[in-house]
Amino acid sequence: MAVASLKNLKNLNDGRMPKRKKKVNSPWGGFFFVLPSIIAMAIFVYGMIGWTVRYSFSNRTSAWKKDMSFAGMARYTELLQDPEFTHAFSNLLKFTIVFMIGTLISGLIMALLLEKGIRGEGFFRSTYLYPMAISFIAMGTSWRWLMDSAKGDRATGLNLIFDRIGLGFLENTWYTSIKGSMFAMALPAIWQMSGYVMALFLAGFRGIPDDLREAARVDGASEFKIYRHILFPQLSPTFLTILIILGHISMKVFDLIYGIASKGYVTKVLAIYMWQVIFDFQNYAKGAAIAIVILLMIAVVVIPYLIYVNKTEEAK
Amino acid sequence: MSLDLASRATQSKDISRNKKKLGGVGQFWLIFRYISLSILFVIAALPIYVMVINSVKGITGVNQSAAFLPPSSLDFGAWGPTWEILREPMFRTLGFVLQSSIISAIIGSINGFVFAKWRFKGSTFIFTTFLFGMFIPYQAIMIPLTQFNKWAGIGGTIYVLVFAHVIYGIPICTLIFRNYYQAIPNELIEAARVDGAGMVRIFRTIILPLSIPGFVVVLIWQFTSAWNDFLFAIFLTGGSPKLAVATTALNFITGSGNQVYYGNNMTASLIVSIPTLLVYMFLGRYFLRGLLSGSLKG
Repeated sequence: MAVASLKNLKNLNDGRMPKRKKKVNSPWGGFFFVLPSIIAMAIFVYGMIGWTVRYSFSNRTSAWKKDMSFAGMARYTELLQDPEFTHAFSNLLKFTIVFMIGTLISGLIMALLLEKGIRGEGFFRSTYLYPMAISFIAMGTSWRWLMDSAKGDRATGLNLIFDRIGLGFLENTWYTSIKGSMFAMALPAIWQMSGYVMALFLAGFRGIPDDLREAARVDGASEFKIYRHILFPQLSPTFLTILIILGHISMKVFDLIYGIASKGYVTKVLAIYMWQVIFDFQNYAKGAAIAIVILLMIAVVVIPYLIYVNKTEEAK
Repeated sequence: MSLDLASRATQSKDISRNKKKLGGVGQFWLIFRYISLSILFVIAALPIYVMVINSVKGITGVNQSAAFLPPSSLDFGAWGPTWEILREPMFRTLGFVLQSSIISAIIGSINGFVFAKWRFKGSTFIFTTFLFGMFIPYQAIMIPLTQFNKWAGIGGTIYVLVFAHVIYGIPICTLIFRNYYQAIPNELIEAARVDGAGMVRIFRTIILPLSIPGFVVVLIWQFTSAWNDFLFAIFLTGGSPKLAVATTALNFITGSGNQVYYGNNMTASLIVSIPTLLVYMFLGRYFLRGLLSGSLKG
């Protein structure tokens, strides 16, 4: 039917358009244009992940031992017994919890303050978001200084501020002592990502039609109830997206910690440990195993999410 | 759709309406909001403020008790020597970042067009498999990638970074362009097809001229992320000074053992941040679009 009408239309064309050879409009035409990218993804994402998995099953544990023989799960069981690995793992979990909750709350607060519109909104929004444009390595310098562990008379950075405004009890050793190091390390991360979360929430809030609020207001609902029962439920896809984004960034965290504390033990996370194992000890097999652990932690969350996104896409 | 998302986040609400009827409670809340916003402003601005004021206090910098105050007289003593070290890496970075961003944008626009307007059987699935590439920790491909670079003969050159940013930029660039093109009405393309135009011609003559904002978004995104990238740089160049880029050179300056010279370190950090900060200041709106497009919500 469609083809027939299309032909009729072509016949109606009274020659103003020069006749052209029939174009390749096969539905597979598009496939050939993305084929190079498909091949690239197949090799450099999936193939290389596969090769890293192969490494993690090997005996290539030092620079001089180029032994790719199959070792089964040996590297992974070694990791479980490696105190440095479990230390890095628990650090990463602590960091993730503080970072995710902190960023979610501060981003939400920023969005709530701006959401109804306020004079100077653009200015505040840009200031909250600029940290996303700067490298962690550069901002690390500032944060290292702000989180200087010296106290009392020798205090600088945040400790100096606390000292001056009479909140001396808040002075602490930040990321340098084992207790609370990951809480301190989450601060710059929260600082960096809050603006992003704010932007996502703002986009979410403004996607909700105003009529909905108006209607609730007319019905006599308090502002708090409007948020609680009308606006927040509408934002659940936004919440989900934010959790996925923050979660996967947290699992991979590297630059941020490296920029502030380098390879220091107290703030070591999996990505830092992996780097150390590869570069300092040339232990490719073990490094690969750590990388695969990070990948798996991300995959168990991200793959279901992508399937869900895929489904909603196809339903469109 | 993603355009909607970005404009939703950036469009300030019409506040003239709210202004009219502000009772006492309303006034209180307005003041409360401004105070809270200002506190957050101070927190957000603090690290960059610290960086700027300490970069004009000379090489050793910081006078401990007046650490948060601007200096009584400006001392740019740290700028000369720091720039001397950073100049070459900065220009090297600029070179490779421009190359990788432009190539990424071209690939992204072709892929995005196909996934948005020229779908084939299974294209949604393939698109989803691309997206996974956005989330992976690059540690999981780093070892084979180093070997591939050696094998391909680009090991030890700056092309390792061009290549890595192009390849691993494919998912995000495709996603941004796909979201961008999805906002273009199908009728436009149908009309052109009825007139006998092929898809390639449609892409060239109709879609590309409409794509300039999309290109700006992707170029800025790729520029910022490649400029700020540290992981690929340190893994793939192996810390070789011959291949030092902005972030690795900076890390060399500020890294352990040199921490005392805060004036020096802050200046170096500021210099390295200037290009992306400038892009953000002048094209922040497009940067935000990239960020929101990357969030998958089509």
